[in-house]
Amino acid sequence: MRLQVSTRLAIFAVLELAAREGSQLSVAEIGEKYGVSSHHLAKVMHVLGRAGLVRSVRGAGGGYQFAGNARRMTLLDVAQLFEDLNSVEQGAADATREEQTLSDVLGEIDDIARATLGSITIATMRKLVDRRAAAGSRNAEAGSSRRKGAPLRPVR
Amino acid sequence: MRYEFLSVGSGDAGKMQELTEINSAVRVRRVRAADISHVIALDTRVTKIAKAEYWNDIFRRYGKQRNSERFFLVAEGRAEGAGPGFLGFIIGEVRAWEFGSSPCGWVFALSVEPKARLHGIGSALLEAISAEFRKAGVGKMRTMVARDGRLPLLFFRSEGMIAGPYIQLEKDLD
Repeated sequence: MRLQVSTRLAIFAVLELAAREGSQLSVAEIGEKYGVSSHHLAKVMHVLGRAGLVRSVRGAGGGYQFAGNARRMTLLDVAQLFEDLNSVEQGAADATREEQTLSDVLGEIDDIARATLGSITIATMRKLVDRRAAAGSRNAEAGSSRRKGAPLRPVR
Repeated sequence: MRYEFLSVGSGDAGKMQELTEINSAVRVRRVRAADISHVIALDTRVTKIAKAEYWNDIFRRYGKQRNSERFFLVAEGRAEGAGPGFLGFIIGEVRAWEFGSSPCGWVFALSVEPKARLHGIGSALLEAISAEFRKAGVGKMRTMVARDGRLPLLFFRSEGMIAGPYIQLEKDLD
């Protein structure tokens, strides 16, 4: 499954803000981390703000704050603001049986994709990101030990 | 969280180890006959379907037999913490070679008192049964959740469970 650039940016922005609940980040700060223009990201943040997932903070040091419950907001809540995640439409009445059957199969895929996105909360995503970071640190340490002469494990 | 195993009673009962969570308001232990009325009441409240016969049968099969590979655990609160009394239950077992799978732990029931949710009771139950599965020698735990079962899906995902290598299939029998 591929997500549009705007969807990915929205997810990343929400994750950044949820990691700093109570404080705010500017569009420029988020954009810098992901290498995207503030112009593009501002449009994404506007959509998130309108949906109530983030709130804008005005004034000096302003930016955006996370505005939801990280244990309840899911990737689906974010993604469906930017993607059409509804099941493919039932084949039209005049569609061939082949077209209708293909719609059924594609509908199965859509249902699974929606269920998967709807099962991952922002808090769970943060946990997964942190776990990956910890695994990265362990690997880096192992690499460092190996460089110091520790034997490599055989690759299976 | 930390768990310790306590032997209780004597004779057959003494052989059954009781799982106790310490340093917390929640204690997880093996099911007892007196718990079944609470299990039935909780399940009826949550699912709106009363099935006492089913739960009595589950207790006979999972609460009393093959305790080294079948685990029916309950959570209870301590008075000073999550509130006293029955808070929820979890049931699972080690299954081998079904669907071509090497032995793994299956969780097929988990329920927590609605009023006591979001206090780590489900996590304590899952952690306790995970410890039992590990002790039984398996390194993988599985469960199945309805696609539209939002809360259980969120819960199991938050506990680190991911989509497994099997796809569930079904068919209407005409």
